Amino acid sequence: MTEHITQAAYLVAAALFVFSLRWMSHPKTARRGVGAGVAGMTLAVFGTALHPEIISYFWIMIGVIVGTVIGVPLSRVALTAVPQRTALSHAFGGLAAGLVGTAKYALWLPEGELTAFRTGAIALEVILGFLTFTGSLMAAGKLQEVLPTRPITYRGQNFINLALLAIALLAGVGLVIDPTLWALFPLLVGLSLLFGVLLILPIGGADMPTVISLLNSYAGLSAVAMGFVLENKVLIIAGALDGSSGLILSIIMCRAMNRSFTNVLFGAFGQVQASAKDAAEQKPVKSATAQDAADLLELAREVVVVPGYGLAVAQAQHRAFELYEQLQKRGIRCRFAIHPVAGRMPGHMNVLLAEANVPYDALVEMDEINPDLSQVDIAIVVGANDVVNPAARHDESSPIYGMPIIDVDKCKTVLAIKRTMNPGFAGIDNELYTADNTLMLFGDAKAVLGEVVKALSGESGLGH
Amino acid sequence: MHQLDFWSMIFVFMLATFVGIDVIRNVSRLLHTPLMSLTNAISAIAVVGSIIIAGEQKTTFSLVLGTIAVAASVTNIVSGFLITDRMLKMFRQQGGTR
Repeated sequence: MTEHITQAAYLVAAALFVFSLRWMSHPKTARRGVGAGVAGMTLAVFGTALHPEIISYFWIMIGVIVGTVIGVPLSRVALTAVPQRTALSHAFGGLAAGLVGTAKYALWLPEGELTAFRTGAIALEVILGFLTFTGSLMAAGKLQEVLPTRPITYRGQNFINLALLAIALLAGVGLVIDPTLWALFPLLVGLSLLFGVLLILPIGGADMPTVISLLNSYAGLSAVAMGFVLENKVLIIAGALDGSSGLILSIIMCRAMNRSFTNVLFGAFGQVQASAKDAAEQKPVKSATAQDAADLLELAREVVVVPGYGLAVAQAQHRAFELYEQLQKRGIRCRFAIHPVAGRMPGHMNVLLAEANVPYDALVEMDEINPDLSQVDIAIVVGANDVVNPAARHDESSPIYGMPIIDVDKCKTVLAIKRTMNPGFAGIDNELYTADNTLMLFGDAKAVLGEVVKALSGESGLGH
Repeated sequence: MHQLDFWSMIFVFMLATFVGIDVIRNVSRLLHTPLMSLTNAISAIAVVGSIIIAGEQKTTFSLVLGTIAVAASVTNIVSGFLITDRMLKMFRQQGGTR
């Protein structure tokens, strides 16, 4: 009887999870999605607690308390730190899968319960779980900048990584053939942990959105493998939802950079510098003051702001919102153009601007805004670089050639806010800054935007 | 019997993946960050496996691993749902309605 109650609870939970994701299709219904997710989770947990083999709840409660004590502060981090938090939670997901797989192997080995199917599922669960664990910890470390963010490469790196993975898989095959070869198990665990570290070493900060999505996918798949081990369908379903979400996000990120998975994982981006053009032509740069910018903005009818991660680094989101408000007040239309890889994880820039009070109808995707840009009077580029570099369209020698960009160079005037003329994250020169219709505003993004807003509001005070 | 279980699990996995891909494709691009924290919390349903292992208390080894796994999963559930809701609360339409 209890088994039927448990299964019914799982069934409803699985349906609630699907609805939860469905409601994420629009910001209006999205919070309902969280409610559905919480309800599904609660049902599944209570359904499981009825399990007749549970003899004591003591250690379960200890785990729940520890998890809550860690979880609550983790949910209150600054929104700039959300990518690190996400990477950490992928690590926890992978760890849980790896540990459950290990425990199941150790329990089933003496009982002679290890069928070939179970052992194979355990091997997959443990490999995926532990490589996600260390890989995500590495990613979190790089995002938090406790580890060097530059890609770390050495000769034969890809060969060593693939060889390690191959040995781990072979150990898994060995276990499937003879599950009692228990000495292979610690080898499998060790290699997976090591592989996770080595996989993330060569990956630079600019590739983090893709890597986080990929690790998301692995975490989901490790939950699926756990579902196979425990013969638990709700686990398979929830893991498959998580896995496909990570997969789709990775594909979107890869397309937004015009790169393939293999290129992201094995390419070590951010190393190559197109050197040929360096000395060739250094066109003069035109710079302007905040007052000049304000005067130009006064005359504009359509303004587009292109934010990059630099905006978040400078904590300039709130100044960007003040600028938006000032422009709206004057009847000047202002929108934010968001490149899919702006920020350190998918959708990051949207969250940062939403926090600063920018309404979501003013946040427009790259594909939607590009056709409009020739009608736009002024584009303001804040802390973005590669995503607005016209070289991506025409310069075949550029490392970012073919990457879809926001075509701000087609706007009548471009105002680019930048600290110095140093090349951006990927180390690539940007010809936008020397274009005829570009004016540079040098300085810290927050300070410059603040001055522009001040100049704008000052003028209105004089009664223009 | 066992053979059939195995195949039905593969079917469930395949169908759930199709549903997942379909549903995720329709998720608003505005919400990709909260989406990731939400799916993360949902896949922490792995807690059900950890609960059984920590509750059966068959060996000390499995009890220790199970308890750590419960803690890791509950961390994801708690922080995942809370931060998703926190982020979603920030999205408002022009004119102030959320």
